[in-house]
Amino acid sequence: MSAIVETAGLTREFTVRDGPRRRRLTAVDDLTVRIEPGEAVGYIGANGAGKSTTIKMLTGILVPTSGTVTTCGLRPVKDRRRLARRIGVVFGQRSQLWWDLPVRESFRILAAIHGLPAAVERARTEELVDRLEMADFLTTPVRQLSLGQRMRAEVAAALLHGPRLVILDEPTIGLDVLSKQRLREFLIAMRRTDGTTLLLTTHDMGDVERLCDRVLVIDHGRLAYDGDLVGLGRTTGAERVLVVHLAAPSPDLIGIGGARHLSSEAHGLRQSLAFDAETTTAARVFAAVAERAEVLDFTVEEPDIEDVVRRIYAARR
Amino acid sequence: MAEGLTFRVRLRPYRVVLAARASSQTSYRANFVLDLVSSLLSAAVELAEIWVLFHAVTRLGGLEFHQMLLVFGLADLAFSLADLAFGHCDNLPTYLRAGTLDVFYLRPQPLLLQLVTSDISLRRLARAAVGLVALGAGLAVNDVAWGVGDAALLVVALVSGWATFAAMFVLAGGLQFFLLDGEEMTNAFVYGGRYAATQPASVWSRPLQAVFGFFFPMAFTGFLPTLRLLDLPAPALLPTWLAWCGPLAALWAWAMALLCWHWGVRHYRGGGGG
Repeated sequence: MSAIVETAGLTREFTVRDGPRRRRLTAVDDLTVRIEPGEAVGYIGANGAGKSTTIKMLTGILVPTSGTVTTCGLRPVKDRRRLARRIGVVFGQRSQLWWDLPVRESFRILAAIHGLPAAVERARTEELVDRLEMADFLTTPVRQLSLGQRMRAEVAAALLHGPRLVILDEPTIGLDVLSKQRLREFLIAMRRTDGTTLLLTTHDMGDVERLCDRVLVIDHGRLAYDGDLVGLGRTTGAERVLVVHLAAPSPDLIGIGGARHLSSEAHGLRQSLAFDAETTTAARVFAAVAERAEVLDFTVEEPDIEDVVRRIYAARR
Repeated sequence: MAEGLTFRVRLRPYRVVLAARASSQTSYRANFVLDLVSSLLSAAVELAEIWVLFHAVTRLGGLEFHQMLLVFGLADLAFSLADLAFGHCDNLPTYLRAGTLDVFYLRPQPLLLQLVTSDISLRRLARAAVGLVALGAGLAVNDVAWGVGDAALLVVALVSGWATFAAMFVLAGGLQFFLLDGEEMTNAFVYGGRYAATQPASVWSRPLQAVFGFFFPMAFTGFLPTLRLLDLPAPALLPTWLAWCGPLAALWAWAMALLCWHWGVRHYRGGGGG
């Protein structure tokens, strides 16, 4: 089967003005990647690592400085208009909806833009409205939507024409827990029913954990990691953090097996412990803590994606 | 038949967007009326300026007030209609700064066509009405010896004037890709050009005649057709027969505009492709 995305030596340089001098900056450096149909790929990296530049080259907005790229079997720059019918893109920060029009109207316009037959338009809109639970705000102008509602509408807008590849750029940024949860569930269901290929950039490790079976890490334009999430954790040894709220002020919880005391607040009422998910489990650490003090509440914090990326970068140098 | 159908289908995306834009502008009636009134006032003030000027002089560049009405009417009507259809190309710097131009790249239509049809400014109809009234008055009070040629010239002048002004908006858009905060500079020939077009070219200095006579071919939109219609003496650089060359001027303007647009897009995407 042919790849959905295939790049070879993909490189993009920019000339930046640095005072009176001009400087060449390599945003994407010799990127060679192949994404198969039906994969769900998380594309992560620090700000300015080259994620957006890559996406712009995959979608035909930017012309590569060198190297080749094919998306859905097309050359993105040359075949931009044909490619637009096969991909759906959500730029988290840049709306593709009409600000002053009701959501329904935006969908109608986009259906016309993609030349969907009336029957397809009706069926597809109905399906998306139902699955993304948008019936309550279909007649609301986009500018009056909450962020969570708008994001659902954006995703629906990108999916209306039934694209084979969906690219989501920071889809959950700024969303509350419930909205995030809903969106992720929808995307998981969409992949299951439609077999859509998913490429997403995110700063949220939760997105990657729940949605992606493959992770690409980019560092200064270069591919730093390509593999699954388990391998990523193993490579980086990123730690999870158990935060416990105790019933009474307690001394620092030092010497718990497999865990490392990070901090204590409010005279030891709230304490944080880091542990390596490879060597122990949250439950074991929690049990050890419970033996020493009465625990009222607790949370487990996932490793911060910035932290994971930082560890990869550090390991590479 | 089949061809006509595909053509209709091809046009549908643009039609749907424009219809939605138009209905959203008119849905708040009071607001829309205010927009119309303010647009009407600003156009009327410009016409009044000329009228006031003629209280001080009886002739300007060899033209009397009633003759000037015709220059103003032709140029301003053509400009307003171009502004109606192409004026929002002025929004390009905003799109560039916010990065929202990328959204156009994700749709299966040509970029420039999408930008042009992304909006329509109905309030400019009020401005066009002022131009139309001035043109009607100009034609009524002047002694035009109507022949087939004159009627044809009137139509040619309006259509090519519209196309020329439209090209100025596209040209300005193309330049925005290179200029940061370049609106000041492009306004000089878009809105400065409109102003020049409503003046008699005979009062301009020679360099100005070269710039707004030929490079930005503004004299072709109002002044030259008026000379021809009223059989008036022409300045040396701009002979009366040029009045018929409005379409050539429009072609030249569009050639510049499309070249500039193409360069701009190329610059934006960083090399090849359009």
